[in-house]
Amino acid sequence: MFGLNKKDSSFLLIVIALTIATPILLQPFAEGSELAQFNGGYPDLMQKIAIFGIFAVGFNILFGLTGYLSFGHAAFLGIGSYAAVWMMKLLTMNVIPAILLAMLVSGLFAAAIGYVSLRRSGIYFSILTLAFAQMSYKMAYSVLTPLTNGETGLQLALDDPRILDGAVEGSSLPVTNIFGLAMNSSYKLEALGRVFTFNVGYYFCAFIAILAFYVAIRLFRSPFGMMLRAVKSNQQRMTYTGLDPKPYTLAAFVISGMYAGLAGGLLAAMDPLAGADRMLWTASGEVVIMTILGGAGTLMGPVLGAGVIKYLENIFSKINESVLHGWFHWLPDGVEDVVIWIFARFTGEGWHLTLGVTFMLVVTFLPGGLIEGLRRLSKRIKHGSQKRDKYDDPDPEHRPGPGKRVAGE
Amino acid sequence: METILLQLLNGLDKGSAYALIALGLTLIFGTLGVVNFAHGAIFMIGAFCAVTLSKLLNLSFETIDPEKLDFLGNPAKVKTPYVEAWFGPEFGHALIDWSVPLAILFSIPIMIAVGFAMERGLIKHFYKRPHADQILVTFGLAIVLQEIIKYFYGANPISTPAPDAFKGSFDFGAMLGFDPNMIIYPYWRLIYFGFAAVVIGAVFSFLQFTTFGMVVRAGMADRETVGLLGINIDRRFTIMFGLASAVAGVAGVMYAPILSPNYHMGMDFLVLCFVVVVVGGMGSLPGAVAAGFLLGILESFSSMNAVKSVLPGIDQIIIYVVAIVILLTRPRGLMGKKGVMED
Amino acid sequence: MGILEVKGVGKRFGGLQALGDVNLSIEENTVHAIIGPNGAGKSTLLNCLVGKLIPDEGSVTFAGTSVLGRKPHEINQLGISRVFQTPEIFGDLTVMENMMIPCFAKRDGAFRMHAIESIEEEAELIAKAEAMLADVGMLEKREMIASSMSRGDKRRLEIAMCLVQEPKLLLLDEPTAGMARADTNNTIALLKEIKEKRDITIAIIEHDMHVVFSLADRITVLAQGTPLVEDTPDNIKGNPKVKEAYLGETQQV
Repeated sequence: MFGLNKKDSSFLLIVIALTIATPILLQPFAEGSELAQFNGGYPDLMQKIAIFGIFAVGFNILFGLTGYLSFGHAAFLGIGSYAAVWMMKLLTMNVIPAILLAMLVSGLFAAAIGYVSLRRSGIYFSILTLAFAQMSYKMAYSVLTPLTNGETGLQLALDDPRILDGAVEGSSLPVTNIFGLAMNSSYKLEALGRVFTFNVGYYFCAFIAILAFYVAIRLFRSPFGMMLRAVKSNQQRMTYTGLDPKPYTLAAFVISGMYAGLAGGLLAAMDPLAGADRMLWTASGEVVIMTILGGAGTLMGPVLGAGVIKYLENIFSKINESVLHGWFHWLPDGVEDVVIWIFARFTGEGWHLTLGVTFMLVVTFLPGGLIEGLRRLSKRIKHGSQKRDKYDDPDPEHRPGPGKRVAGE
Repeated sequence: METILLQLLNGLDKGSAYALIALGLTLIFGTLGVVNFAHGAIFMIGAFCAVTLSKLLNLSFETIDPEKLDFLGNPAKVKTPYVEAWFGPEFGHALIDWSVPLAILFSIPIMIAVGFAMERGLIKHFYKRPHADQILVTFGLAIVLQEIIKYFYGANPISTPAPDAFKGSFDFGAMLGFDPNMIIYPYWRLIYFGFAAVVIGAVFSFLQFTTFGMVVRAGMADRETVGLLGINIDRRFTIMFGLASAVAGVAGVMYAPILSPNYHMGMDFLVLCFVVVVVGGMGSLPGAVAAGFLLGILESFSSMNAVKSVLPGIDQIIIYVVAIVILLTRPRGLMGKKGVMED
Repeated sequence: MGILEVKGVGKRFGGLQALGDVNLSIEENTVHAIIGPNGAGKSTLLNCLVGKLIPDEGSVTFAGTSVLGRKPHEINQLGISRVFQTPEIFGDLTVMENMMIPCFAKRDGAFRMHAIESIEEEAELIAKAEAMLADVGMLEKREMIASSMSRGDKRRLEIAMCLVQEPKLLLLDEPTAGMARADTNNTIALLKEIKEKRDITIAIIEHDMHVVFSLADRITVLAQGTPLVEDTPDNIKGNPKVKEAYLGETQQV
């Protein structure tokens, strides 16, 4: 199907099915029940998961395949957002031209930054990309204010030209749409004591995400993808096999920059404003973490990582002490206080603590990321409790290091 | 001329902080081969050691002073710090006043203990793992430490004053024959610079002139061979981790009066210090120190109005511009060694 | 005129003259060994041939084309493949993927964005790679991760990766260094087979005299950066100058 082998086709079909059903799957708890807090089926969160899924899948094309760890990928996300908002200000509120421009502009920036940064490898490459991203961030705040609107962030205004849409009627800002269908319109369905929200914006993001995912599968399975893995594995052998690693790496950098730009454009399409904060190094760190948490170099890992982190961020940060009281009111008073105190440290304001602890646990015990964990789990279920021999799964302590050599050094 | 001197001085204190943090980062990287993203958090914890000691010394009890009246005419409540009650008002007051310098003594054992605990409890398991894993786990640790501090001390910066004796500013202008009040420089920043110079000197001479330091330097050059000589290099490296933590910790303690400590100051410094380390050359101690001062001073020069009017916004990005230029022209930074961290 | 002509090549590292006035001509379809004591400049010479180092003086011509100033991957595309002292393979990839990469390099050149094809559709190249693997007796290991194999197998794979590109000249840098005797003999047998079956020129740098004398048609002895003698193996064995410069220092063969 579509040039994929049987295994990948069925994999893609499962992903499509899951994406379509997300508004239902993320709403497992009845409205008003104590666990309703854990429901994630609202448009904002679902859109974020799809968008950051795209971001992480793109990042993985660079990091997972070539091993080049960029610490400045958020710059392309921010550039994409700015480009998209400008398109909406100048041309039309239709999101298609906006995200196309976002991809184009971030692709150009990626080509320029990549061309310079890829002259170095290892941590030097990471720091170069970090430096470029921080520079973009600081410049967006200061000198580039006419383009970025500085600290306030770039927003829509009533007097924007919007050549294709014509003048705005009334005093409210126009909404983003796709050929007239507003992004923020939703269809709500009440059933089984739950409210399911089917949102246009989410399905638009999901459609793009599936496309992006499909392209990533094709890329992984192509000779080009194999060359990128060769870059990670042994650049010396690669050059002495008559291949030039530079253009391959640059191509991967530009492609993943365009994925980031696409994600940035989509963020703007869902909520038409763009701020410099999107380019901050913490945002770059976030995508690194999503990718590694899920499993770098795997197809599904980055999406899973993005989903888990965005879900944690949105759900855990909303749980406050009164919610906790609701859950634990049946405990004896003293015990309740202790339990609530402990939980409160990890939720609400303290959700970052959950995040930090999650990283440490996953990196320490599951070096391959969550995907590796799922694989081990399914293996254990399949093989039952039968004794495994020592070659069964690789010992994380003794797995081969990154065996990359740099040619000419 | 006056402004140039002033900016040079202004760059020194920030440069000192960069140099001290970068020194520890490089020590850990050079000896253990670990990229430690939690090092900024160590600096932050150091600063909070100063906060803690100053808070402890300020612990007070309330008494009612019948002789004084508040504005309603009732007898006023007077807070007396315990230390003043125990050691007499003068000595007690001096203790409170000098809480930041005292915190250095107080922080060294704490920071060494934190360093040991980190190395033995966590970092030790990551020596043979890829750098990406090390970055991630120490990043996670940094977040955890940051959140713990935030829980105990809140999210707002806590101002921690320097001793009264150093409150004023030193008028360099008058001393050097320029107009008075042209080049004034706070005493504490001067002290910070001197302090940094002493610490850096101490670390270097420790590595240069002691047997311990010699073994560590040999270990930095070739870990396996030193291990084969029957020297327990791991234990020494643990000690180095403690030392690096102590250096970052005291750097934080002394920085508390310059920048009121907040829970995210570590991360703010860390990114810059990684740039500093890489510019200096990964694994080179003199490189880290030189790059720290260089970037600190350049940053302060670029914030001069004369420069800013020619190149607007340059003060914001100068460090990154310099980093990019240096990395492209000198592949391994200013003083980097071949083959370090290139894969 | 040989397929590879080295004329007056010199290379200095600071004050050290690593190579001086090296003249060498390798005839087509022969096995030419370059031997010499440690520090004689063997590896420097090899690096000059493949573009890793650029000689300070002299010329290197391969099949009528100068290789000087070309990058390693360009020189490889001219038809020179190199086997390293420690096997350089793509450790994270499977044996079959290791074979496919040179196949693509041969077909598509140094860079091509072939991102929309699927590897599985490349039946012709797969057949070619499998045939080559069968030739070196590794077909049953095609799905193994390359880094998990023994050193002998890695060496075999590396040679197969070079041969599948059908190079005109194969350079071997101490192909049996650090190998067990059995692996060494296997490698010798493999190289003999290659020499007999294919139209290929082989240049080999080697320390192990057993390997050299069982394979080489001609031998060049390098000492202190310059060629001492060039002759057939039998004459080299009897040459007193060589004995003095080289064989005298190691065990007699």
